[in-house]
Amino acid sequence: MTFKRTLALTALAGSLLFIGSVTAHGQQTLINVSYDPTRELYREYNAAFTSHWQEQGNGAVTIQVTHGGSGSQARTVIDGLDADVVTLALEADINAIAEQSGKIRADWRGTLENNNAPYTSTIVFLVRKGNPKNLTDWGDLVQEGVEVITPNPKTSGGARWNLIAAWAWADREFDGDEAQIRQFVGDLYRHVPVLDSGARGSTTTFAQRGIGDVLLAWENEAFLAIEELGPDAFDIVVPSISVLAEPPVAIVDENVDAKGTRDLATAYLEYLYSDVGQTIAARHFYRPSNPELVTDQSLLERFPAVDLVSIDDYGGWVEVQPSFFGDGGIFDQIYQPVQ
Amino acid sequence: MARNIRLPDPTTESGTVKWVTIAVAGLFMAVVLFIPLLAVFLEAFRLGAGAFLAAITEPDALAAIRLTLLVAAISVPLNMVFGVAAAWAIAKYEFKGKAFLTTLIDLPFSVSPVIAGLVYVLLFGSGSVLGPIFNSAGLQVLFAVPGVVLATLFVTFPFVARELIPLMEDQGTGDEEAAISLGAGGWQTFWRVTLPNIKWGLLYGVLLCNARVMGEFGAVSVVSGRLRGETVTMPLQIEILYNEYNFSAAFAVAALLALLALVTLILKALLERVYGRDHAGGVRH
Repeated sequence: MTFKRTLALTALAGSLLFIGSVTAHGQQTLINVSYDPTRELYREYNAAFTSHWQEQGNGAVTIQVTHGGSGSQARTVIDGLDADVVTLALEADINAIAEQSGKIRADWRGTLENNNAPYTSTIVFLVRKGNPKNLTDWGDLVQEGVEVITPNPKTSGGARWNLIAAWAWADREFDGDEAQIRQFVGDLYRHVPVLDSGARGSTTTFAQRGIGDVLLAWENEAFLAIEELGPDAFDIVVPSISVLAEPPVAIVDENVDAKGTRDLATAYLEYLYSDVGQTIAARHFYRPSNPELVTDQSLLERFPAVDLVSIDDYGGWVEVQPSFFGDGGIFDQIYQPVQ
Repeated sequence: MARNIRLPDPTTESGTVKWVTIAVAGLFMAVVLFIPLLAVFLEAFRLGAGAFLAAITEPDALAAIRLTLLVAAISVPLNMVFGVAAAWAIAKYEFKGKAFLTTLIDLPFSVSPVIAGLVYVLLFGSGSVLGPIFNSAGLQVLFAVPGVVLATLFVTFPFVARELIPLMEDQGTGDEEAAISLGAGGWQTFWRVTLPNIKWGLLYGVLLCNARVMGEFGAVSVVSGRLRGETVTMPLQIEILYNEYNFSAAFAVAALLALLALVTLILKALLERVYGRDHAGGVRH
């Protein structure tokens, strides 16, 4: 019967496909769970590291990188994604993995140079070409009719840095008067029409969908948007004060020990601090933690001098994370969704 | 006094009404269907056919295509078996809890796919009971292919059953009773009587199910972990490429996915043509 034959053929095709897709993986694999704006950085870095690793007399290695909002990426590692290393947007997300799953040792910060941050960044404004709303500093963002694009601080690491940077400006402007600071930051979020879950989503909202007057962005993300989407579309505005963002990296101890990849993972993270790693970071608009190592010093001229406050001025992420972004924290208290 | 009321013919409308309805339907189709689809294809070929080919033959794209086809090859047959069994039970038998089962089958339609994904995170995540058991047996469910298949199954299992239940209820049990009274066995009745009766409904359900399996995004994005070349299906690959400012490649894969859906429809039309002559017993969709 013809119909039966069709069924049988479909089943046969299905099983062939299944067999065809089960292929053996003989070589070592390393999974790097990263955050949104590092896509281009790690694409180049992985190629450089792979050849470096083989030059050292090791076997072939495949490197997988996944991207998303820093908080949701940490969540996948907690839920069981087999990551060897995490390269996230902020310390709090790595702390979350350490606390909630125990897969990363509690004292991870300090296992590598510069508080485990091989590169740093800061928060700048990306505005439409010519800066039509004349936005020059944080205070301008709460003017009537200005729409601000920033991701959701609950899921995005960059968004948390954004809020801290705004807070730091208001802290200086209002001389530490907390009521006024809260008023300002609350006002700022009332100017946000869309809270995306990750930094790249916000960039797309601003740049591709054309929503909003200013994007609060990682410096590297802002430069990249200009490079990828056209220098004639956007300008970067550097505010008078911003925050020193230290996106940290760490080994996921439990996973590398289970997979036997500790040496590979360690080498992968340490190479970020080498002249090659630092130069690649600078090329992708990250501020290298050790600028002297950058082989092309002209790359450093692109980074404007900004007055940068450190998260440690607010007690570090260990204190900031629960008090600002925990359930019922400052963000929950001041954030009123746009009606 | 003679009453002279002209009753309108129920099947013929005035010319204006006819053309207005056709125009509205046509405009609607154009705006929500053809123009967006056309835009996808135009964007896909913006950098030329060479760039399109390069984008869909790139290793990660190929892996995504293979995974999508693999997930379809596993979920569609399973859904087919489940759908026939469920529809059979509901349409041909009377039993307690039948209404409940019917409602249950509809559940995936009413539950958001994101929840379907999170269900599996709860079941198989590191913090769950099942996850570590499977892991110690060397089977990774979450953030691996089994998780992707499970999430897809959850979302798509009503498709075949929903298609068959009304059809089988409509047909009743008469044909089967006749077959059995003439001495046919259970399997014989199924293969010779029931299956030929429902095959068009089954085919339609399977094709719809297949289209949804290949296009599923929400549930899969929760359980995938987005490991390129391993757990990234075509819809996820499109999102990744889009987020990497790689717009023409994103649309190239999108165009291919749309094309697969179109092939599914063409396949259905062709099969109907080829087998059309012996579909007399079934209800044509």
